[in-house]
Amino acid sequence: MVNSVIEIVGLRVVRGGRVVIAGLDLTVGPGVTGLLGPSGCGKSTLLRSIVGVQRVAAGDVTALGRPAGSAALRDRVGYQTQSSSVYDDLTVEENLRFFARVLGRPAAAVETAVEAVDLVSHRDQVVGRLSGGQRSRVGLAVALLGEPELLVLDEPTVGLDPVLRRDLWALFHRIAEGGTAVLVSSHVMDEAERCDQLLLMREGRILAHDTPAGIKERTGARDVEAAFLSLVQGEDAA
Amino acid sequence: MSARVTLAITARVLTQLRRDHRTLAMLLLLPCLLQTLLWWIFDATPLVFDRIGPALLAIFPFFVMFLVTSITTLRERSSGTLERLFTMPMGKLDLLVGYALAFGLVAAAQAALVTGVAVGLLDLDVRGPVGLLGVVGVADAVLGTALGLFVSAFARTEFQAVQFLPAVVVPQILLCGLLVPRERLPRVLEVISDVLPLSYAVDAMEHLATTTGTADVWRDVAVVAGFTLAALALGAATLRRRTD
Repeated sequence: MVNSVIEIVGLRVVRGGRVVIAGLDLTVGPGVTGLLGPSGCGKSTLLRSIVGVQRVAAGDVTALGRPAGSAALRDRVGYQTQSSSVYDDLTVEENLRFFARVLGRPAAAVETAVEAVDLVSHRDQVVGRLSGGQRSRVGLAVALLGEPELLVLDEPTVGLDPVLRRDLWALFHRIAEGGTAVLVSSHVMDEAERCDQLLLMREGRILAHDTPAGIKERTGARDVEAAFLSLVQGEDAA
Repeated sequence: MSARVTLAITARVLTQLRRDHRTLAMLLLLPCLLQTLLWWIFDATPLVFDRIGPALLAIFPFFVMFLVTSITTLRERSSGTLERLFTMPMGKLDLLVGYALAFGLVAAAQAALVTGVAVGLLDLDVRGPVGLLGVVGVADAVLGTALGLFVSAFARTEFQAVQFLPAVVVPQILLCGLLVPRERLPRVLEVISDVLPLSYAVDAMEHLATTTGTADVWRDVAVVAGFTLAALALGAATLRRRTD
């Protein structure tokens, strides 16, 4: 790959005495990359390692050419955890204003972020009274505030209605066209088709890393879900 | 550490409190009501009220701020907002000092109110300067905030966090001289009370009530401030950017 955004060599993560990731090598480039795999396969752990909040047993994780989590990256990487990670007792705008101040961004950035996630009409509402999907969009808006060069999103579309999911994927692509690398996790296989690049993950390992078309062609499967099954079977047989 | 981030955190915590009318009302009014209740209980023996009233001026802010801070910080840890902040340009001290400033301001309002009620309405006998009562009250509150920040690291649920009240705060109340003057405690307990921060906070209030000199008061406030800094340092050590 010409210019890699994320480089991982020999990553090993142990949580509560259980090996979650046993030794993982990975290079992620620009565009929208989907990290797909079943719940509990280690997706969140991998994303947390990339943003530098995961305690790591061994290995090197580099983002934008610097060690993951280093101080120089903290206003260049946007991250959304699986929960919306915003303050329920503040309004949408108060949440964004607060995080913008922490990031040292002007008030105009709040405006742009609210519009990007289509929450302009809810900006004065307290987050705790919003629906789950709206809350998760507030979290996404916070991740967008810093105009990051790398955006790491942990299952941002879970539980959203199909129209909204389509809109969000369109937003991810618009962001990627602006030059930001976007890494999105999901356990819903039908979201795979919307990604430029796919990472299929199972039990702490990457089964495949290719375009959706490339993965289907290699396995001869009709959709990514079938391709995933065929990859798992091939692995179990080996 | 950055002033911008620290003040952003202070402003945010205060906005959250302002939105929560019930908590704010309880923070400001409950100490006044309890102090009044105490005055009423000792209606027949006002000398007793004069003896334990000052101790309670020290205990309320400590108790309340400990509870409020440990729950708020725990919520910050469990809701994911702390993890998000740690991926941003925020230092540990920004968070700790931001919280301490916010709750210190609330404590100042609380101390002004309860001191005003105790001295102005309930005729609590105070020989020293009344303003200094407020200073000691704020120091106690910030101490409670610092300890609350520290112990929140050891609680996984709000239920556990509340249990730290009988574990950490109540023993200090029993040993601070409120029930029995510290020098009349069994020797072992007296030594223990010597290393508990609340003892010094209560001593400061009692000095203020019984003497006009302020040197002893400032010495006690300095000890309380020392404990506060130690608790903040311990709290910083429990805040980890990388977690399991």
